Amino acid sequence: MNRTKYLIIGNSAGGIGAVEAIRRVDKAGAITIISEEPYAAYSRPLISEHLFENRPVANMLFRSPDFYVKNNVQTILGKKVTGLDLKAKTAQLEDGASMKWEKLLLATGGQPIIPKMDGVKTPGVFTFTTIDDAEAIDRFLPRVQRAVIIGGGLIGISVTDALVKRGIDVTIVEMKDRVLNVMLDEAASALVEDALKKNNVRIITGRTVTEIHSDFTTEILTGVTLDNGQELTAEMVVAAVGVKPRVELAMAAGIKTNRGIVVDRAMQTSTADVYACGDAAEVYDFIFGDNRVTPIWPNAFVGGGVAGANMAGKKSEYAGGMSMNSIKYFGLSIASAGMVTPPDAAYEVISQTTGRNYRKLILKDGIITGMVFTGNIESAGIICGLMKDKVNVEAFKRALISDNFSFLSLPEIVWRERLEITFKKPAAMSGAGVRQ
Amino acid sequence: MPMKRVLVNEPVCMGCHLCEVYCQLNHSTSSDLVKAFKRPEHQNLPRLRIEARNPIFFSLRCQHCAEAPCISACLTGALSRDEKSGAVITDEAKCIGCWTCILACPYGAIKQDTVKHKSVKCDLCQGSKIPACVEHCPNEALVFEEVAEVKSK
Repeated sequence: MNRTKYLIIGNSAGGIGAVEAIRRVDKAGAITIISEEPYAAYSRPLISEHLFENRPVANMLFRSPDFYVKNNVQTILGKKVTGLDLKAKTAQLEDGASMKWEKLLLATGGQPIIPKMDGVKTPGVFTFTTIDDAEAIDRFLPRVQRAVIIGGGLIGISVTDALVKRGIDVTIVEMKDRVLNVMLDEAASALVEDALKKNNVRIITGRTVTEIHSDFTTEILTGVTLDNGQELTAEMVVAAVGVKPRVELAMAAGIKTNRGIVVDRAMQTSTADVYACGDAAEVYDFIFGDNRVTPIWPNAFVGGGVAGANMAGKKSEYAGGMSMNSIKYFGLSIASAGMVTPPDAAYEVISQTTGRNYRKLILKDGIITGMVFTGNIESAGIICGLMKDKVNVEAFKRALISDNFSFLSLPEIVWRERLEITFKKPAAMSGAGVRQ
Repeated sequence: MPMKRVLVNEPVCMGCHLCEVYCQLNHSTSSDLVKAFKRPEHQNLPRLRIEARNPIFFSLRCQHCAEAPCISACLTGALSRDEKSGAVITDEAKCIGCWTCILACPYGAIKQDTVKHKSVKCDLCQGSKIPACVEHCPNEALVFEEVAEVKSK
């Protein structure tokens, strides 16, 4: 039987974050990464570029090509873990091999939800979360003129962006009343819809696809039917209705799962020495004050880092993350964080629009719980910083949505405190006349 | 890791913008001041921002945080730490202008180059002994000094 000190299942943001954190503490302990994808860790958001400009995998790598060698990580790529024995501390692989570990990280990510409907297994129906997905779509494209995208979330918009650039006629079918309804508010969604329409994308909202058709004899995909009976002609369908945490390994092993794998602030699961992070896990969100699935890349990386530190014996606590998204598609510049719409009347919404720039904040008792910015978003990070530190902004909240907001729009005591590290300390405090 | 950083001696900064001018020049593809500002093909954004509210002025740039939230947030691995200088640097070829780093930076120190669609930030003038902003500050309002680790906000 093979042995490793640290076993990481999953080779994406969370797994890499864990490796870097482990190696900061433990330079020598054996690390093994197992992933069913055959590639070195790559930037998942770049599959859009892979599809539209054929960006080679070598230019999609999340870390330098010598990352695994430099960090002394053994990789088992292109193989699936089929089971865990938590008592024996082993993992079974699909080829019959097994691996004994001391500390385990489940960084298994998410998997696209395939809606249940007739025709969903027809050739020409794709998902869009991996390099292999992008390549399968690429191979299929020569016979495609029209595509239907089921779901107007981030994955739906990113595949639309790539397909439009490849000259495909795209229709998005979104169940809710607007695209990107989870990560944007109405105003920002409207901007995205405008940009989509300018690129000749057709958007159908408030509808679902109920059936995918194909030719009876050739099995070639011919189109879809919507829940109002409307028919759309298409040669390709991309299912982009969402992603769900991959919890099956954890669940089968008896680790506590809810929507995602349940972890504490150390990113440890209900089983000692077993950790989880990223899209597979339910982690602490400081805006909502609870554990939830927030499948975004930075949170996976940071959570993996906390898990890795703890696995290597350095106590570390996850400070909490929040939802944080930005949109670059179709030349737009939109950023959102935390809540995008107020959950109830106890929240206050303030906003300001100046030309292309829109700035909206959601607040409760003077604390910012959400933001949506479009246009110039360069100061969005300052706002996110105030959110993280739960700074009470009641007295100066209007300044935050002003078009020419900068640090000096804040009260002096606030900006001096927040920028303390950038200032040279006064040479000596003893002399008279030292300006404070 | 202790490293050298640019610090602002705010009481003596008079907001002359020379740091900004020389930053832009140093990051231009031309060493000619006029070309660096007037020829689009040579224009590159300055990597700092001037804060001004008379009589308070200072320039603000990346703090090269020890646990840099921008590196953790970067979707493509374009942001990393230069092992020699300790600076947080951008690999422009890898940056896709997704602006996630901008959301992560509590100092608002990362800019959007909306022409090239890349994030730009202070790189401490990699390759130079002293960053251009410090070298050209007429008032020693900017200094390049060794400081202890920076914990970001």
